[in-house]
Amino acid sequence: MNVLEVRKHFPILNQEVNGHPLVYLDSAATSQKPVQVIEALDKYYKEINSNVHRGVHTLGTRATDAYEGAREKVRAFINAKEAAEIIFTRGTTTAMNLIANGYARLFLKEGDEIVTTLVEHHSNFIPWQQAAKATGATFKFIPLAEDGTITVDAVKATITPNTKIVAIHHISNVLGDTTPIQEIAEIAHQNGAILVVDGAQSAPHKKVDVQALGADFFAFSSHKMCGPTGVGVLYGRRELLEKMEPSEFGGEMIDFVYEQDSTWKELPWKFEGGTPIIGGVVALGAAIDFLNDIGMDAIEAHEKKLVQYAIEQMQQIDGLTIYGPTEHRSSLITFNLSDVHPHDLATVLDSHGIAVRAGHHCAQPLMRYLQVTATARASFYLYNTEAEVDALMAGLKKAKEYFGNVFS
Amino acid sequence: MSSLDDLYRRVIMDHYQKPRNKGKLDEAEGLTINLNNPTCGDSISLSLKVEDGIVTDAKFLGEGCSISMSSASMMTEAVKGKPVDEAIKLAQVFSDLMQGKQPEDDSLDLGDIEALSGVAKFPARIKCATLAWKALEQGVRQANQS
Repeated sequence: MNVLEVRKHFPILNQEVNGHPLVYLDSAATSQKPVQVIEALDKYYKEINSNVHRGVHTLGTRATDAYEGAREKVRAFINAKEAAEIIFTRGTTTAMNLIANGYARLFLKEGDEIVTTLVEHHSNFIPWQQAAKATGATFKFIPLAEDGTITVDAVKATITPNTKIVAIHHISNVLGDTTPIQEIAEIAHQNGAILVVDGAQSAPHKKVDVQALGADFFAFSSHKMCGPTGVGVLYGRRELLEKMEPSEFGGEMIDFVYEQDSTWKELPWKFEGGTPIIGGVVALGAAIDFLNDIGMDAIEAHEKKLVQYAIEQMQQIDGLTIYGPTEHRSSLITFNLSDVHPHDLATVLDSHGIAVRAGHHCAQPLMRYLQVTATARASFYLYNTEAEVDALMAGLKKAKEYFGNVFS
Repeated sequence: MSSLDDLYRRVIMDHYQKPRNKGKLDEAEGLTINLNNPTCGDSISLSLKVEDGIVTDAKFLGEGCSISMSSASMMTEAVKGKPVDEAIKLAQVFSDLMQGKQPEDDSLDLGDIEALSGVAKFPARIKCATLAWKALEQGVRQANQS
């Protein structure tokens, strides 16, 4: 993979911010979009736009073909068995709420358990917390190892025959570690529980095979993988999706509507009430084509190299703390620099054109576990370079110097 | 670094490192307002003692960046001993400052607070600076009701 060639596809990266070349290190929040995706959106609205699944006219057929064609691309991208198991949502948050409302709230009762961890992004935490509250189920957490990672032993010790749902991240948006999903799936299934996987930080960065992982549900967002905002994917095993109730009712999702009752369309459309985000979904298809052309394995290898390079240099900076494991990390590094508050750090870096995230990263329970109120995070993607890591290091040193001076 | 120097003026860093009026008043002594900035995790707990329409004491505890904590420190210093009406006016003046506007009421002595005017050029940081002042507004409103 030639990163300089890759960068040429991302027009936004070619600009100056505050008088310096933009160094975008916030892809875990949202990725930048290649020109192929921007053009797919443009082309959709210029040549194809029409509503799906209803028009007899030619444009209607074109729009439906483009929309359903993107569903097939998503299916292949995560190796689902059939396209009917792919549901388009607004994002990972909506996908998780769809399972919490259509499955957890419907089937769980007092005495049942929902198992998750304190590492989860709020989107894979609050839907389950609230479903547990509503059903009287117990909300339990897998204890974390010292570096915040999840061990198979800890999973075994937490999941019981009463556990009905295990909801866990594939890659943490704070700690950057990869959870042993296959082993967790096995333990969950032996105990009769289903496994919900938050793939928001994994699907953009590595090859995902939902069948090999043993995931019963797998959710991710288009905007973190070069696609447009406003689109997400929920994969679910057919058998489970069939059992579930839709949580949104209205147009597009119905079979027959009578005065006192209605019936639903077959999968996946029973979960896609209203006119879907057609243009966005079509552009997500273009993003998948783009990622496939480069190759997910190549992207993963590039990012691992970059993160390792960055960690080695960060460890040389006095007073810099890295949160989470320092080996086998994927795509992001969360850290703090001495006494400098992450907001202040992010402002100084921004004055050098470097964009990092500062705050609690939508993971307040984890921040409490780490005993910090906020951290800084640099996250990488296929378009980031070693030169940009060098720029970050120079920025960190300058920030230290700057605050060293004002503090003295 | 010139615009950065505009943001992080020496007096701001002085308040950040040596916060004035740090602490909490007992329930019997005064009222306490707890506020968070949910997008970034900053928090403040502001205690106010209001007697006969005068803010006779103000203390704060909190966690956050240099801007939010220095702003809280400066705010307590500015309102302590002032009539409630004047504290409300100060909050309005501060709000103007943050929007980059020349304060309508220029009769007030802003003292150290003026150093925070550079924040207006950093839109992402305005919420840091205003947290303590939002707590003040809530506290004063509560004091007026009781």
